Amino acid sequence: MHMADALISPAVGGTMWAASAGLLAYCARKIQQTLDDRLVPLMGVLGAFIFAAQMINFSIPATGSSGHLGGGLILAVLLGPHAAFVVIASVLTVQALFFADGGLLALGCNIFNLGFFPAFIALPLIYRPIVRGAHSGARLWVGAMLAAVVGLQLGALAVVAETTLSGISELPFGNFVLLMQPIHLAIGVVEGLATAAVVAFVARVQPDALAMPSSSVDHHVRLRPVLVGLLIATVLIGGALSWFASSHPDGLEWSMGKVSGREELDAPAVGVHENAAKLQERTAFLPDYGFRATEPQSIEVAAAEEAEAWPAVSAGTTFSGIVGGALVMLLAGLIGYALRMRRAPA
Amino acid sequence: MFSPSSLEALRMDELGGLDSPLHRLDARAKAIVTIAFIAAVMSFPRYELSGLTPFFIYPIALLALGGIPPGFILRKILIAAPFAICIGLFNPMLDRHPLLLPGGYVVAAGWISFVSILVRFVLTVSVALVLVAGTGMHRLCAGLERIGLPRVFAVQLLFLYRYLFVVADEGLRMRRGMELRAAGSRAPGLRVYGSLLGHLLLRSLDRAHRIYAAMLARGFDGRIRTLQESKVHPADVLFTTGWIAFFVVARTWNLAEGLGFLLTGGGR
Repeated sequence: MHMADALISPAVGGTMWAASAGLLAYCARKIQQTLDDRLVPLMGVLGAFIFAAQMINFSIPATGSSGHLGGGLILAVLLGPHAAFVVIASVLTVQALFFADGGLLALGCNIFNLGFFPAFIALPLIYRPIVRGAHSGARLWVGAMLAAVVGLQLGALAVVAETTLSGISELPFGNFVLLMQPIHLAIGVVEGLATAAVVAFVARVQPDALAMPSSSVDHHVRLRPVLVGLLIATVLIGGALSWFASSHPDGLEWSMGKVSGREELDAPAVGVHENAAKLQERTAFLPDYGFRATEPQSIEVAAAEEAEAWPAVSAGTTFSGIVGGALVMLLAGLIGYALRMRRAPA
Repeated sequence: MFSPSSLEALRMDELGGLDSPLHRLDARAKAIVTIAFIAAVMSFPRYELSGLTPFFIYPIALLALGGIPPGFILRKILIAAPFAICIGLFNPMLDRHPLLLPGGYVVAAGWISFVSILVRFVLTVSVALVLVAGTGMHRLCAGLERIGLPRVFAVQLLFLYRYLFVVADEGLRMRRGMELRAAGSRAPGLRVYGSLLGHLLLRSLDRAHRIYAAMLARGFDGRIRTLQESKVHPADVLFTTGWIAFFVVARTWNLAEGLGFLLTGGGR
C-alpha cells in the first residue's frame, strides 16, 4: 500500500509531508531526551531486519497462499512508539529512494499511513492494554491480531482518503473503500499472525530481548501525539467528507449521477476549493490549450466533479501538442547525448 | 516489498560514489530541485500530456551529466510500475467522456488521464532514483540534515542503509538453507516461521549490541561526522535557480505545444 507520486496532488502530498515531518521531529526530540544511545544501532539494525524479514514467507493456515511480515507492529512492540515511528519512516524512505517503492512527494502520506497508525494507535490503545506484557498465550495472539488489523484498516482508509482528495485517479471513494478494506483485512490477519509468532518465540527463548531500552521508559500512553495525529486525520477526512457533502448530496446518488451523466452542476463554491480553483485559473496560463469533450453538454458533469472545467480543444491544438511533445522528447535526448559527449573526453 | 535485489541496490551506491559534475554539486541543491520538480509535475491538471514532455529534459540531462546508465534506472522504474498501472487503469473504465483525437479517432478521456498518470510516474520515480544515484546516500543524508532533517533521523537512515545488506544477506542465507532442507515443499508453517524469524531477530540484536560496543570503544556520542565542507559554490546556486526557473516556465506555458504550433503552422 505504498502510494506513488503519480496519484497524489501537491496539496495532499504537502499536507501529509507536514504532518509526518512534525511527528518525526517530535519523535526525534523524544528519543534524544531519553537517550540511551544504545537505541541508535538498535534502531538501524531493526530497520534492516524488517527488510530481511520480508524475504521469508510462511504458509497461511487453511489457505493455499503464503504471506510475510509487514513490520510496523513488531517494530512498535519492540521499540515503543517514538523509536518505531522513526524506524518505519527510515524504512519507507530507503524503499522510496532505492527501490522506487512509493514516491517522494507521497512519502509523507506513506509514513503517516504505515507509521502513525501502528505506532501511536494500534500499540498503545490496543496491543498494550490487551497483552499487558504477557507476550505469550491467547492474550498475545488476540492483541497482535487486533492491533495489526486495526492499524492496517486505518492505514488503508487513509490511502483511500488521500487518493480521493488528490482527484487524479477516477476511482470513487465508495468503490475504492470496498476494494481496499477487505484486502487489508486479510493482510492485517497475516501481519498479526506473523507478529505474534515472532514475539512468542523470542519471549520463550530470550525474554530479556523484549525489554528494549525505550519500551521500559514510556509504558504509559502519551496522549498528546495521539491527539495531534487524530486531529490531523480528522481534518483530512472531514475535509474529504465535507467536500463530497457540498458537491454530492448523497454518495449513492452521486455515483449514479456520475454513471448516467445526469447530475446537476453544483460547484462547491466555498473557501479552499474556490480559492484553489481561482489559483488554478490563474496558473493555467493558456487554459484553451488542453482537451475537451466533443459535446459541450457533458461539461457540467465534469465540472460537478471538481471545479476544474474542461478547457477548449480543437483537433489542431492536440495535433500540434503531439508534434511538439515528440520534438521536445527528441530534444531532451539530444541534450543528454551532447552532455555525455562533452563529458567523455574530459 | 523487498525482493533479493540487494546487488542492484548496491550498484546504486557505487553510482553514488562516482565523481562527475553532477556528483560534485551540493546535495542540498539537488534535493531542493528534485522536490521542486516533483511538485511542478504533480500540479498539472489530470488530462495534461504534451505539457509534461519538457520535464523529461531534467532527468535525461542529469543522467548524462552524472554518467549514470539509463538502462539501470529504466529497469528500476519497470519493477515499480505495477501499482500505478493498476490504480490508473480504473480511469479508462470510469471516465468515459468521448474525446476526439487528430485523425478522427475517438477515445475515452480516461485513457488520456491514464497515460498522463504513467508519464508522471516515470518522471517522478526517475528523478528520485537519479537523486540517489547522483549523490550517494552518505552525502544526501548529510545534506538533508543541514536543511533541517532531525539528526536522529539522518543517523537512522545512514545506519539502516549500512546494515541493510548485511542483515538482508543473513535472511537470504536462512531462506536458502530452509529451501534446501524442505526439498521443494511450500513455505513453512507458522511455528517454524516464528522460530526462523525469531532467530533472525535475535541475531540482528546481537549484531546491534556488538556494533554498539565497537562504536563506544571508538568514541561514539550519538552523532555522525562527515568530512564535507558545507560551502555553497556558484555552480550550486546556478543549478538550483536555473532548473527551478525552467520548471516555472514549463509549468506556465506549454512549451511542447508552442513548438508544435511554430512548426505546423497551427496544425492545419
